[in-house]
Amino acid sequence: MALTEVKFIQGNRACVEGAIKAGCRFFAGYPITPANEISEHMAKMLPEAGGIFIQMEDEIASVMAIVGASWAGVKSMTATSGPGFSLMQEGIGYAFMTETPCVIADIQRLGPSTGQATKCGQGDVMQSRWGTHGDYASIVLSPNSPQEMFELTVKAFNLAEEYRTPVILLADEVVAHMREDVAIPEEVEVVERRRPKLGEEMFFGGEEIPPMPRVGDGFNVPVTGSTHDERGIRFTRDPQVHRRLVTRLVGKILRNTSKIADYETYRIDDCDVGIICYGCTSHTVYECVKIAEESGIKIGYVRLRTIWPMLEKPIIELAETVKAVIVPELNLGQLRYEIERITRGRANVYSLNKIGGGEMITPEELLHKIKEVIGR
Amino acid sequence: MREFSVKNYLRSGLKLPFCPGCGAYTIIDCFLKAVFNLGYNDLRKFVFCSGIGCSAWIPSPYFNADSIHTPHGRAIPVATAVKLIRPELNVVVFGGDGDIAGIGGNHLIHAARRNVDITVIMVNNMVYGMTGGQVAPTTPLGYKTTTTPKGCFEYPIDAVKLVSVLGASYAARWTTAHKKELIKAFEEAIESKGFSFVEVISQCPTNFGRRINLRGSAEMLKWFKENSVSLEEAEKLGWDKVEGKFVVGVFARKRRPTLAENMRRAASVG
Repeated sequence: MALTEVKFIQGNRACVEGAIKAGCRFFAGYPITPANEISEHMAKMLPEAGGIFIQMEDEIASVMAIVGASWAGVKSMTATSGPGFSLMQEGIGYAFMTETPCVIADIQRLGPSTGQATKCGQGDVMQSRWGTHGDYASIVLSPNSPQEMFELTVKAFNLAEEYRTPVILLADEVVAHMREDVAIPEEVEVVERRRPKLGEEMFFGGEEIPPMPRVGDGFNVPVTGSTHDERGIRFTRDPQVHRRLVTRLVGKILRNTSKIADYETYRIDDCDVGIICYGCTSHTVYECVKIAEESGIKIGYVRLRTIWPMLEKPIIELAETVKAVIVPELNLGQLRYEIERITRGRANVYSLNKIGGGEMITPEELLHKIKEVIGR
Repeated sequence: MREFSVKNYLRSGLKLPFCPGCGAYTIIDCFLKAVFNLGYNDLRKFVFCSGIGCSAWIPSPYFNADSIHTPHGRAIPVATAVKLIRPELNVVVFGGDGDIAGIGGNHLIHAARRNVDITVIMVNNMVYGMTGGQVAPTTPLGYKTTTTPKGCFEYPIDAVKLVSVLGASYAARWTTAHKKELIKAFEEAIESKGFSFVEVISQCPTNFGRRINLRGSAEMLKWFKENSVSLEEAEKLGWDKVEGKFVVGVFARKRRPTLAENMRRAASVG
């Protein structure tokens, strides 16, 4: 029986604990609020675990360094916030195209631009899905507590290895700086990279998720962000090569949505109103469930731990139960468009938005909105 | 008896993509000759990183080796990480002047400052060749390009001087008209511990030469040869006297602790 240690720590620290448990041995980052504690704990803990920490010259270099580390055979991650996440989009697209497992933590703050740098926001939901150019699919996890900062960081590494793709941990300032008891098991389930056998040379196709070699092991692997064939050779004109590659890259994620998707539901088949939430905003919903019951209103919710790819089933189930679905977000409405698309008129979709100063949506504000939309 | 052939180092079944008269052919030849001279019969101990541009295609995918062909300008941070994790490998970056000194300039500065043990080969053809010959940070003052139709109105960057000042372990500049010196420079760069940098002034007859009335590689090589000045001579004459010339030679050759060595030292502090 493995021991579980309990530590009273903040979300960012829990993320580092999770990363190291998952086997992360390389971190490259650039200072930015509110992700700094990840770098600072990594700088201390990673060398002690036999890993390498380096602070790079910018976020562009940071994301490229973790890509290099991954090809050198090591699990790697970086952490940033909105402005840095924007700079990393080039490298995220490259990691997607080259099927490079790595983890990018985006601790969301209030944008656009430098906005209110120390305050919480949830404005990167669409950037995490569509931030880089071209066709792609992303895996984006959304923790709502320090415990989940630990667990979903582990999961992010495992998904990155399983699907050979970059995975984004989309946290927010509140979750990153919240402190609570975090249970850290001595051992966690870890997915290891599938390596090719000597003589194999199909590292970019031939199967849905091909094995990945390390550089320096004699495979002579050509890695490129340009369109390439199954062996990695650049083909910048042939339409079939491009279609085959990009369709597979997107498909390997979207076809496995039901395996990747992770969510929490509460009375979705027996409620008066439905809520779809993620990250720090879910705490508003939890509180609202209690005060709504006092008013005789039953709330059902889907709380997304995986934002992308999104499993439609629980959302459709909820929308079929109720007349109204509310999407509370600390932005001016991002996920609500996806919820509207999924529910397709089964229920009316309403936004409840708040931006500025890092203020949370209060349970009372949510209850007020609920009463408004269900006419009570 | 070992015999040198570029074929031993190139991926079979692929045809090099460069224009007739391109300096890349000379550079490939000289680089692989240096590799041969150092005793390597294949490229298994090498990892090549490159960005975007014609010169980035020198290793990728034509060298029969591991190569990581990155977005524009981003080869150096990839190479930095690879070297830190796999110190037993020779990590070599190939890139053009736009890739290395333009969009990747910040990475170049910090790699030299860190003294990370990689080799960066900057092929300087003085324009953005792949995209048609636009002005580059290396275009000499007054020269015509597609985006400076009346002549370049900026001063060019001297990347060799820059990395030397930042503490590079080895830094040299030669032209494609200096094959012997180039081979020697590549050998020294691969062998040196720490950040090593070789700038190769190279001809792009297609997208630079023809716009400056040098109609072929032979004329461009003649231009390089006749306008090259040794570093010693430049220092004797004074740098203001050699403006517009190609100052060639070894600009830095020193041993100081590398990034990995300093990292290990820091980690051992109690």
